Amino acid sequence: MGAEGIGARIARKEDKRFITGKGRYTDDMVVPGMKHAMFVRSPHAHAKINGIDKSAALAVPGVIDVLDGQQLTEDGIGSLICGWAITSKDGSPMNMGDWRPLATGKVRYVGDAVAIVVADTRAQAREGAEKVEVDYEELPSVTDSTAAIAEGAPQIHENAPGNQIFDWELGDSTTVDAALASAAHITEMDVVNNRLIPNAMEPRAALGHYNSAEDHYTCWTTSQNPHVARLVMSAFYNVAPENKLRVIAPDVGGGFGSKIYIYPEEIVCLWASKRTDVPVKWVADRTESFMCDAHGRDHVSNIKIAFDSENRITAIKVDTLANIGAYMSLFSSATPTYLYATLLSGQYNVANIHANVRTVYTNTAPVDAYRGAGRPEACYLIERAMETAARELGVDPAELRRKNFITEFPHQTPVIMAYDAGDFGASLDAAMQAADYSGFAARKAEAAGRGKLRGIGLSCYIEACGIAPSQAVGSLGAGVGLWESAEVRVNAVGTIEVLTGSHSHGQGHETTFAQLVADRLGVGIDTVSIVHGDTDKVQMGMGTYGSRSGAVGMSAISVALDRVEAKAKKIAAHLLEADEADIVIEGGELKVAGTDKTLPWFQMALAAYTAHNLPEGMEPGLKETAFFDPANFTFPAGCYICEVEVDPDTGVTDVIQFVAADDFGTIINPMIVEGQVHGGVAQGIGQALLEGCAYDPQSGQLLTASYMDYTMPRADDLPSIDVSTTKTESPSNPLGMKGCGEAGAIGSPPAVINAITDAIGNNDLTMPATPQAVWAAING
Amino acid sequence: MYKTNYHRASSVEEAASLIAGADDGKLLAGGQTLIPTMKQRLAAPSDVVDLRHIADLKGISVAGSQVTIGAGTTHADVANSAEIRSACPALADLASHIGDPHVRNMGTIGGSIANNDPAADYPAAMVALGATIHTNSREISADDFFVGMFETALNDGEIITAVSFNAPEKAAYQKFPNPASRYAMTGVFVAKGAGGVRVGVTGAGSDGVFRATDMEAALGANFSGGALDATSVDSSGMLSDLHGSSDYRANLVKVMARRAVEAAG
Repeated sequence: MGAEGIGARIARKEDKRFITGKGRYTDDMVVPGMKHAMFVRSPHAHAKINGIDKSAALAVPGVIDVLDGQQLTEDGIGSLICGWAITSKDGSPMNMGDWRPLATGKVRYVGDAVAIVVADTRAQAREGAEKVEVDYEELPSVTDSTAAIAEGAPQIHENAPGNQIFDWELGDSTTVDAALASAAHITEMDVVNNRLIPNAMEPRAALGHYNSAEDHYTCWTTSQNPHVARLVMSAFYNVAPENKLRVIAPDVGGGFGSKIYIYPEEIVCLWASKRTDVPVKWVADRTESFMCDAHGRDHVSNIKIAFDSENRITAIKVDTLANIGAYMSLFSSATPTYLYATLLSGQYNVANIHANVRTVYTNTAPVDAYRGAGRPEACYLIERAMETAARELGVDPAELRRKNFITEFPHQTPVIMAYDAGDFGASLDAAMQAADYSGFAARKAEAAGRGKLRGIGLSCYIEACGIAPSQAVGSLGAGVGLWESAEVRVNAVGTIEVLTGSHSHGQGHETTFAQLVADRLGVGIDTVSIVHGDTDKVQMGMGTYGSRSGAVGMSAISVALDRVEAKAKKIAAHLLEADEADIVIEGGELKVAGTDKTLPWFQMALAAYTAHNLPEGMEPGLKETAFFDPANFTFPAGCYICEVEVDPDTGVTDVIQFVAADDFGTIINPMIVEGQVHGGVAQGIGQALLEGCAYDPQSGQLLTASYMDYTMPRADDLPSIDVSTTKTESPSNPLGMKGCGEAGAIGSPPAVINAITDAIGNNDLTMPATPQAVWAAING
Repeated sequence: MYKTNYHRASSVEEAASLIAGADDGKLLAGGQTLIPTMKQRLAAPSDVVDLRHIADLKGISVAGSQVTIGAGTTHADVANSAEIRSACPALADLASHIGDPHVRNMGTIGGSIANNDPAADYPAAMVALGATIHTNSREISADDFFVGMFETALNDGEIITAVSFNAPEKAAYQKFPNPASRYAMTGVFVAKGAGGVRVGVTGAGSDGVFRATDMEAALGANFSGGALDATSVDSSGMLSDLHGSSDYRANLVKVMARRAVEAAG
């Protein structure tokens, strides 16, 4: 491996520019003649638009134009789509309502975009936006999923009767019901997975530039997947053909899923640039981020777990209602179905599983994948129910889990997934040891002496990353393939550029991807540059989400490196007059094994480009491409143990200890992996204790529209996190990687809530477990 | 932010004259509420009269037990003042936990009490310390000064110049911060002085800061946390919102009061 290869704990190459303020984000981009945009947004949750009067806005000094949805429709710009088709259990297709980039006819949530104002300055655009007079006729609204599906609820989309989008099932209900009927014990719970607002550090932004002389568009935008953005804007929204549309996602300050989707704003900025013939930049303010970024989670579920007389699980039955918001965002249908119900086996050997999922429209911001996307919802359900079952059965929660673990791989679950590798007992053991599980009773007694309620909670999570293979996801309704591409360019002086379809917005790809190259070729990471985020540079890619950049993106690089190495060896064998099979690549040199004959890497590269002396028939140059489509998902798994102390007087929960024992397969840079776990656990603790999106049930106004009311986790809310790893390699990709970007956010919420409910002796507790909620649970 | 006319006053008299001449003027003390509100376009004063450069409004003096703090004194200056730390450490402690360092180095005591945010910390201290609010035209007792949520006894254009109080024998402030904003969801300032025990409560009441008179009576007889066991807080007068129901706040008032008494020693 070497000092900079796989497994090396080295500092991130990209951090210098980030921590010195030299990052280049969309808002830093300046194009000559650039103007500024503000969106006119609905102040109502649900209203008819009877008219739009632009005259006062057009009179504001500096305002260039005010454009609305009717003009957008006239220009043939398409509606936003959901990219994953789900079929209801009765065979009917999902009821997807129309999502116009600028609303026409009706607005359906507070923040819905109605018009765009383009002006010389941002302040002028803001003033113009305030002066656009929209004649709204308010309609009754509904924000809660249960209320939305009830009889007589306001109808949000014409083609979704009763606001239902689909009623879908997975698994065999007959065998599950039979198992439930003969169970020795059934644990049943109603569980809410609270709605979250992503809060990436950098707000979304878009700069659309139409060059009329060349009839060509460029879009700089805060995207996790610029190629998908180009594909969708070209194929579905009729913005421009792909060859006339360049999408650039420069430095992006965090996404957590919320920047996967193609939103109205980038489409409208591109279109407005053509209409006004000026480049148009929009940057969300924080309030817009709260209102209009796709939210996460928002599930209401019932779970039943059946056990036999030996406490072995015989069946799991789940019924879930998922709030999709006012419109179907790009992945919104996949999150509560194939990314959720397929993980309901957890780490356990369960013969019978059935899940029923209904999705509903509400007058709220669209809901889509957010760090974990479906897997946190599945994990929270299973792991709270397992802890509850252990209490009901009077057995140790760790041992109940261990008894039901899957121990042989590959393992086919009854809900599509085939787990390829894992050792769940190893991560449970590692976590229990790190947490001093056996010493808990003494710590609880000591805390009681101080008037504190101490509790411990476990969570044994499994998730699925990579989202693959393309053929399989296609058969389940995905609109795209989920492979990744890579191109490895060896320059004439031997330095290397890697072009990847993955996108880095905090993950550290410029370091870890270079480490893979350093590992393979024995060159320093300073001689390796990672190029990403520009459709003019990288041919095609699927972007970064679902913890896929390592397992899929790096695997593509690995395959391209195989091809580079093969050609390099041919050149070296030719120049060193040796057999190709005897050439090894080590420490930046090509060597003939067992001899002192060597060829420096750069001389081989130079030979490839001078082409003065290449093997017979070989083309000059050294550049290889690969498209990697994995054989299966990968399955990161682990065990988290949380220990809390609750102050019974105030309900304040103090997270005393948090242990994370993860199996991520092969790890490229342990420091970056630990950072991912820290961040994920921070978000998970945030969900468990602090974060909760709230709409006013009467008015549909977003109540948590700023940091005054939406509680983000801060440093003093978090403990020092004990992170360790065990390792089973994934057989589904050449590097044995599994992915680590979401595990922390998936595994931690149930561990925290299990610890609190253990501490207070009341299991009736919903996230976020705020001081008020915990105090009420203690006293109620 | 909407357009506004900015004026820098160099004396209280000049500030009074400027604000009197403004169409819809606002006094700018530390700006920690006014400026964010203007940035969000929720306030649009025609004129802003900046008090920050008036030397007479700044400074802390302690003469015997009499403590005087200029209205333009920042929270950081109160928190770090050796005189305050000696005369009334509870007030220095309170100031040291307002907002964040940014806020503490800009925000002022005069600005805070003039705004009378129901979740601000200083009003609880002013009430509990029996402080006097000095303005450019009169003196007002803290009991009379705080009228209701965001409402004070100040007349239009009246400028707070200082606050003064007698250093208490013992005092402490205990704050339960709102998890999101970290403003006081309940803050209780308990002070025992020559005039007896006074308990000021911020963050919890539906009409802003108030005195917990039952607690004052109980503590007057027996200054101990246990003395509060027999008291009760009526939840009907409490705020109720996303973060805390009125029952929860009523509970917090009692818990924070007990902790304040215990901290006061």
